[in-house]
Amino acid sequence: MATIELDRLVKRYGQTTVVHGIDLSIRDGEFVVLVGPSGCGKSTTLRMIAGLEEISGGEIRIDGRVVNDLQPKDRNIAMVFQNYAIYPHMSVAENIAFGLYRSKLSKAEKRQRVEQVAGTLGLTPYLERRPSALSGGQRQRVAIGRAMVRDPAAFLFDEPLSNLDAQLRTQMRIEIKRLHHRLGTTSVFVTHDQVEAMTMADRIVVMRDGRILQVGTPLELYEKPVDIFTARFIGSPTMNLIPASLRDGGADLSVGGSVRVPHATATTSDILVGARPQDLIPTSNGAQGLTVSGTVAVVETLGSETLVHIESGGQTIIGSAPGREIPRIGEHLTFHAPAERLYFFDKATEKALAAQ
Amino acid sequence: MSRVRPGRIVSWTLLFIGGVIMITPIIFMLSTSLKDASQVYDLRVIPAAPTLDNYIEILGDGRFTRWFINSMIVAGIVTISNVFFDSLVGYTLAKFKFRGRYLVFIAILSTLMIPTEMLVLPWYLMASQFGWVDSYWGIMFPGMMTAFGTFLMKQFFEGVPDDFIEAARIDGLNEFTIWWKIAMPLVTPALSALAIFTFLGNWTAFFWPLIVTTSAELYTLPVGLSSFAVEQSIQWEKIMTGASIATLPTLLIFLFLQRYIVRGVMLAGLKG
Repeated sequence: MATIELDRLVKRYGQTTVVHGIDLSIRDGEFVVLVGPSGCGKSTTLRMIAGLEEISGGEIRIDGRVVNDLQPKDRNIAMVFQNYAIYPHMSVAENIAFGLYRSKLSKAEKRQRVEQVAGTLGLTPYLERRPSALSGGQRQRVAIGRAMVRDPAAFLFDEPLSNLDAQLRTQMRIEIKRLHHRLGTTSVFVTHDQVEAMTMADRIVVMRDGRILQVGTPLELYEKPVDIFTARFIGSPTMNLIPASLRDGGADLSVGGSVRVPHATATTSDILVGARPQDLIPTSNGAQGLTVSGTVAVVETLGSETLVHIESGGQTIIGSAPGREIPRIGEHLTFHAPAERLYFFDKATEKALAAQ
Repeated sequence: MSRVRPGRIVSWTLLFIGGVIMITPIIFMLSTSLKDASQVYDLRVIPAAPTLDNYIEILGDGRFTRWFINSMIVAGIVTISNVFFDSLVGYTLAKFKFRGRYLVFIAILSTLMIPTEMLVLPWYLMASQFGWVDSYWGIMFPGMMTAFGTFLMKQFFEGVPDDFIEAARIDGLNEFTIWWKIAMPLVTPALSALAIFTFLGNWTAFFWPLIVTTSAELYTLPVGLSSFAVEQSIQWEKIMTGASIATLPTLLIFLFLQRYIVRGVMLAGLKG
């Protein structure tokens, strides 16, 4: 187990800078998820931690030791790749044992370790099989087994679930999380899927264009996003953003009506008022908060809830209705979100309006 | 029952004709090898008086056995060398990013455009200055590595996902071991194809071994067989007997590994 610290970490490819001096401190035993859209630098960052990419500036420390110039094999980390990277010409047992390639254990001890790991991952019946005779989920488990068998200082996961189908992905998500609870090994997990990030992380690191936008627990990111990008990236469906113009103590909405803005310091009067679809519920009660009326355009029935897209003032706003209440298309509906559930952003800087 | 389509009949007919054209020389070779000298110009496929005398004589002739062994040594060593070095260079060009990589690749590739006939003279000068004329090394050195093999292996190694290599790097293998233990087993079809092409090419090679060898003990099989035509008029029945025996190794390789040959040709075609 180990801490991982990134200090002003930079990566350049020729003239292009893809990681702009990021700082991050990962605690011992923590499960940190790097999340962001393609090209945000999350995989590059992970690969720099692994030692598969040279760093162009800054420092990486694993357990307090600077590893900038160490070979991947000397960093005592294990990595799980997106397309498993288990060797097709070796059996499951050989693949897992490959994680112990440099270990000085005796053959019998190695065998014992492999069997133990296989047992943990439910791979015991498949030890002699070739990867081609395994399902996607089993292959991913072999890859995890190869990483686990060495008892590394940290696990690095590079989008390990994106090749699996939806059901298997959910299952593996839980398995990895459970494994982390049991082993307590520091883990860094890269994904572009915000659901994976929310469900697995102790802390989430949101990245964009080679910079860290926000670091926090899943709930912190959900409740207090620092900018529009994070606000829309975390949470599904994405947050509604309604243009509004600021005036004394409140803001007039483009869709009609107004809201109170509790603490407003914006560069201009143009702001965006955010409301999560889960907080916008049909009501006739026009209490404090955000009230939007419009015509129902699309209805998405999910069973547990119903997502309702309404057209209001030329904008589509998504609200949610209880699962059994299914509005008709074309119906006129009013949605309301309580004042304490609203988010406010500066339209020009895209930052959340600071609390005073 | 489905009717046989006319297109089918045409293609079968063409294939049949092609097959006959291909197999006729082989049948004549076998047939001639079973005739005695007096029947050679009697073009009957089935000999009037078949005999195994030619085989007994050829196999009893120490020179033939020697040539056969020579060919085995030359083709065997050159094949092993090609499989090793071509894939080592191909892997390096495919998987390592270094300055001038492309230039090196183009330089290697450009040698494919020089015909062998033009290379023979510099080869010979080189061999004679190094004292390699009339030696095994002299026969083998031009073919120890080939541009085609390097190109073929590079194309195949490019298809090996980087993740395998990086995973192995993290597992603690050094670069040579990664190539040997991880990358090589993943390109087995290409290696088999390269081995087969190289072996067949060297087994049947005639021009360069003829030039570089002077003593009969160092002749390879094709050169040795040709001497039947030069020294004591043309002994067709002996040449054909020797050729029939010489076909055996290639035939065996084909029978055992034809799956790989077909796959190798197919993949080389797709990737090249």
